[in-house]
Amino acid sequence: MRNYDEETLAVLLRTLPAAPVAWVKAAQEIPLARRGLDDIVERARADQAFREALFANAESTLEGAGYEPDPALLDAVRERLTP
Amino acid sequence: MPVAETDAQLVARCRSGDDDAWRELVDRFSRYVYAIAVQAFRLSEADAEDVFQEVFARAYQNLSKLRDDAAIRPWLAQLTRRLCLDTIRAGAREQPGEIPEPSGVDDTIATLDESLYVHEALATLPSNCREILDRFFARDESYRNIGDALDLPAGTIASRISRCLVKLRAELEGRNPVPAESGG
Repeated sequence: MRNYDEETLAVLLRTLPAAPVAWVKAAQEIPLARRGLDDIVERARADQAFREALFANAESTLEGAGYEPDPALLDAVRERLTP
Repeated sequence: MPVAETDAQLVARCRSGDDDAWRELVDRFSRYVYAIAVQAFRLSEADAEDVFQEVFARAYQNLSKLRDDAAIRPWLAQLTRRLCLDTIRAGAREQPGEIPEPSGVDDTIATLDESLYVHEALATLPSNCREILDRFFARDESYRNIGDALDLPAGTIASRISRCLVKLRAELEGRNPVPAESGG
């Protein structure tokens, strides 16, 4: 078995620095993106009535627009649209 | 002490459509994919970002095709490797002939495999140890910054790091040997 002395551990811990936070977040949102997150946000930015409806009642607005209003998607929409 | 979910268990949850599991999978392997791109293939940050996003997009798309859930790490390594090479080749289109991989890719990935193994052991330590070791070694933060962030006297940081390294070593010594490398 390899001898994991302090120096070896320090080197191995340093070898894997964290990836940029924004990259990780974008990759984590892939499932949401597949479910239309980018489209919803784009439409909300372009269409004031849709945006206001989203803030008033996100779940029914998304459902009415043909999206499956699951909680993770709702949270991500709110986060993206909150200044 | 937290018990880490195995790669196979995590992949199985991802396949069932669990968004939290996907976030955790990205979190678990983000450093690894990033390091292959910038350390083994020495891509620019812009190219590395493209490869990084493409790796996870394809992984998400093709997770159902993975024959062995436990093989997610070498699968991601191979995917990253292929996309890095495609990027290098695309950037050198005007040059005739085959573009080889940069030298030392296998050795670098072998080191990254071992480093990931150590990080996985780190993930099982108590949160105070995880935090302090990650901030000091992987995020390269100063004693002062760590002390401020964790509300600890700067004079105690070195001894805490040393104690946590002892715990990490004990955790590693209680594990199986390092898994086979992903290279090739």
